Formats: sequence, C-alpha cells, structure tokens
Amino acid sequence: MTDLAPSLTRRPLAHASLVVGGVLTLLLLLAAALSLVWTPWPVYELDIPNKLQLPSTAHWFGTDSLGRDVLSELLAGARTSIIVGVIAVGIGVILGTALGLLAAARRGWLEELVMRFSDFAFAFPAILSAIMLSALLGPGIVTSIVAIGIFNVPIFARLTRAQAKAVWAREFTLAARAAGKGSFRITLEHVLPNILSVIVVQSTIQFATAILAEAALSYLGLGTQPPQPSWGRMLNEAQLQLLQAPRLAIFPGLAIALSVLGLNLLGDGLRDLLDPRLARRR
Amino acid sequence: MALLDVENLVVRLPTARGMAAAVRGASFSLDRGERLGLVGESGSGKSMTALALLGLLPEGAELAGSIRFDGRELVGLPEDELCRFRGDRIGMVFQEPMTALNPLHTVGRQVAEPLRLHRGFSASAAREAAVALLDRVGIPDAAWRAASFPHQLSGGQRQRAIIAMALACGPDLLIADEPTTALDVTLQRQILDRLVELCEESGMALLLISHDLGVVAETTRRMLVMYGGSIMESGPTAAMLRRLAHPYSQGLIGARPRLGAQRGVRLSTIPGSAPALAEIPVGCPFAERCRLAIDECKAALPAQEIVGPDHVARCIRLDAAGARP
Repeated sequence: MTDLAPSLTRRPLAHASLVVGGVLTLLLLLAAALSLVWTPWPVYELDIPNKLQLPSTAHWFGTDSLGRDVLSELLAGARTSIIVGVIAVGIGVILGTALGLLAAARRGWLEELVMRFSDFAFAFPAILSAIMLSALLGPGIVTSIVAIGIFNVPIFARLTRAQAKAVWAREFTLAARAAGKGSFRITLEHVLPNILSVIVVQSTIQFATAILAEAALSYLGLGTQPPQPSWGRMLNEAQLQLLQAPRLAIFPGLAIALSVLGLNLLGDGLRDLLDPRLARRR
Repeated sequence: MALLDVENLVVRLPTARGMAAAVRGASFSLDRGERLGLVGESGSGKSMTALALLGLLPEGAELAGSIRFDGRELVGLPEDELCRFRGDRIGMVFQEPMTALNPLHTVGRQVAEPLRLHRGFSASAAREAAVALLDRVGIPDAAWRAASFPHQLSGGQRQRAIIAMALACGPDLLIADEPTTALDVTLQRQILDRLVELCEESGMALLLISHDLGVVAETTRRMLVMYGGSIMESGPTAAMLRRLAHPYSQGLIGARPRLGAQRGVRLSTIPGSAPALAEIPVGCPFAERCRLAIDECKAALPAQEIVGPDHVARCIRLDAAGARP
C-alpha cells in the first residue's frame, strides 16, 4: 500500500488510462445510483402525444416512440447493466476462482476434470448457450445473469489455475509446507493473496464484457424484457425509427461504448499499476 | 536410539524418459545434537534426500526405504500427519533467502507462523515470539524488522529470518539446504557460527547440505559425500578431511579455490559432468569421470570399504587412490 502512492505521483501520465477509465466507470456507477433516487421523468411513464421529440430543455435527450424520456431510460438502463454485470461476474469470480484454486492445490484427476469442464464450456459460443438457457428458463434478466455468469466461470477457473500453479511453484509455498501448513491454508494465505490483483484486473475486463453481453441478449430479446429499462432493448426498439430518429440508437449505443471503454481502460490501468513488470514490457 | 535413521532411501522422479532414481539407497543416521554434513554437486541427490525427509518431494515422485524419526516411521505417513512433524519437530531452511518468504506478509508474521500452527499461539503472543526469535538469530532491532516486509530486509537478514522461522517451535532436527550459498562469505561465516551456537544451546541436530566442503568442514562433526544418488564416502569430518578416501571426494577438495595459491595456476577440475538422472550407470556412478576407473568399476556399485574408524567409502580402488596409509 505504501508503494502505490509514489508510483502514482511519479508517473501521472502513465496512468492516463487508469484515470480516464476510472472517471468513465465512476460516471456509470453514479448514473445507476442516481436512477435509484431520481430520474428526470418516471421511467415507465408513456406519453404518446409527446413521442419522438427532439432534445429540449424538458427532455434533454428527447423522447422515444412511446414518449418515454430517453435520459431517464439511459440512467435506469445503467442500473440494469450494473446489476447484471456485478452478479454475473460475481458468479464467475467465486465459482471460477474456487475451481481454479482447487485444481492447482489438488492437481491430479481433479485438475483434469476442472480443465476439461472449462474446455467443454468454452466449446460453446457464449451466445448459443444463452439462447439455450433462455429456451430452458424463458427470457429475462435472470437468464442473462445465469448465462453470462456461466460463461465467466471457465475464464476465471483457467486464469486462477495458471496463476495459482505459478505461486505453488515458488519457494515460499515450499517453505510454508515445510513449516507444516496444509494445502488449504497455503491456498488461502499464500496463493490467493498473490493472485488477487490478476483476478481484480480480469474482473474489471469481464465486467465490460458482461455489459456488452447483457446489451446483446436484451437486443435479441433474450435478456431484459419490456418495460424494464435496458440499453440493449432501447437499441432494439430504436431500429424501427433508425432513419427518422437515429439519436434513439446513438444515445444507448454511446452509453454502451463508453461504459465498455471505461471499464477496459480501468482494467488496463489497474494492471499497469498492480503489475509493473507487465506494464514496462508493453 | 538415533534421532534420525534413514535406511536404503530411494527416490524416483518422473523425467521425460520415465522414472529415474535421484537417490539410490542412501543410509545414514543422526543422533540428537549431532551435526551432519551432506556434500555433493548439483544433481547428486542431496536436496532430494532432504525433501524426502519432510515428505515434500515433487509431484509424481516415488519414495521407498525407511525414514525413522525419533522411532516413528515417516515413509508412508499421510500428509496431515506429516504436517504435524514439519515445522514442529523438523525445521527446514531453504537456499534462496530472496524467494523463501512470501512478499505479501510481514516477516514477523511468517516467522511466528509455526507457533500459531503447532502451538496455538494467539496473534499477539506470536508477534512477541517473533521478535524474540529474530533477536535470537542475530537480527538487530528485531521489533522493527518483525513489522517489515521481506523486500525491506537484506539478503542476510532474510536468511536469518528464515532460520528463525525454522527454529520457532524448537525442532529436534534442523535441515539446512545450502543455507548460505546465496550470501557473501562474511555473512556465510556469521550465519554458520550462529547455527552451530543454536545447536549447542538447544541440543538440536543439524543436517547441513552443501556443495561447499569448506562450509561443511567448519560446521559439522560427521559428513557424507553424495554422488549420482549414492553416498560414496562417510565418516568423521576431521578424519575425512585429513585423508579423503574416494577419488570423487579427492577431486572435490582439489577443485576448491584456496587463498595463497600460486597465481596463474588453474583450478583443478573433475573432467566431464555429473550424469543426468536417467543415465546413471549400474556400476560406480563416478566411474565415467574417475582417473582410476577400471572395467570392474562399471560392473556393480562398490560395497562400502572401511577406511578408518567410522570412515567408509564405496570404491574398489581405494589403495590406488592412496586412501589407506
């Protein structure tokens, strides 16, 4: 912790991606938080007489084909993205990391099993498994969360296993074993803390992927269902008026792009900060 | 009864060309308070012997023979029972002070870890004990050092911290695998002296593993010379250094750099290099490189020949080597 501060002040420009990414991510979080307590107009309120209005002081980003305030929908859509992202990545991190740590500590057939399961999960394109799941569970926000979560498990399982094996190969884990520690304690006290930064970085990047995936699923009608606000659903609905009112596609598109960009920049910046060796090599 | 009794220890390691024996039937014993040196070059099997004693062999390794520690057979004990010996009755010091400590934990926390693990010390009691332990191995300003992270310590201090960790529970046996190889000569001397003092204070036995005959000569009472997975010569350190019997041991000492040696004289070497694990021959493993080797040497591993009191060597050419007066 003492080492983070000087490296930040010494090379502030080197951390531009961290700052820009951090600000964009913060905006996303603020938008979601704001939508919980306040939106310019009620999110679910239809106002057909005022449909397809251009941006004005009353409706900053205009209204959509049913007269809903676009800004309000965007703010509430941020909330959906974050809920899906946090829970889905959470599932991936917790299950994937646990499996990866187990594989690295136990090795043998258990490791094989975990890795072959990962290969199996990777063999299906994510969107295909999502379609399969929505056929089973019915479309909805839970389906998106489960589908994206399952997609994340093997990613974290593989990453964690590889990183954990590298820590296991280091002499201090041998020293810890020589001190009488079992593999469970070594995993918790030595392996996990040493790979935490990698997991944090990967989580940030997977979070961006999850937001994109949520938008894609909702766009396809497999994720969030109307009238629940979602950026992907907004894009879907904007298609019908793409020539009349392109802004209806541009605003949610921008929101998705900026969020994904922000999270990816944050991930890169965090990696540079947490793993200086990697940063210098790039 | 000896504290440690190793009999016919065999360690096989998985290699690209199948299982190969890294230790082939090593036998030795160690009494309480005794200091034993194990000498050999890289790949001679000395580190594998040490790891086998703690049950810490690498993945896929096979272990045979018998290791009796304080009357208990360690070979075949399940992992959780071995954990109770490690760090409590048997301490181990590793070669690389730079990597044997976890960079993310304070030195004090790691040093006192065995006490929390085996003795149920509370966090605060462990902290106090860590300071006392660091002080005991000669780290100045121990309280401050206990709160430091490994990267804030010098190499010598780290190695002292690792020794402190190995000593935490007051083990009956300390295994030190090249404890001073990564350190400079003055530090080496200080740390070895401290190790000897600690053994004498507490009656702890020491198994010192080194490639350096000098280190072993200064520290131990008895020594074993290992080559190609077999113990080639063993005996009291002083007697052995006066008259090394085995041609390999003689080569080892001849290859040592000496202060005051004439300038421009090349260090003598042993021709060739140590055989790869899978290539160790049936007969004397040193025969390929031995200046005295005859055909019989390659037929079978020579039996132990008595050279002097408690001093034996595995060689059929001892007379040609000038081993006996």
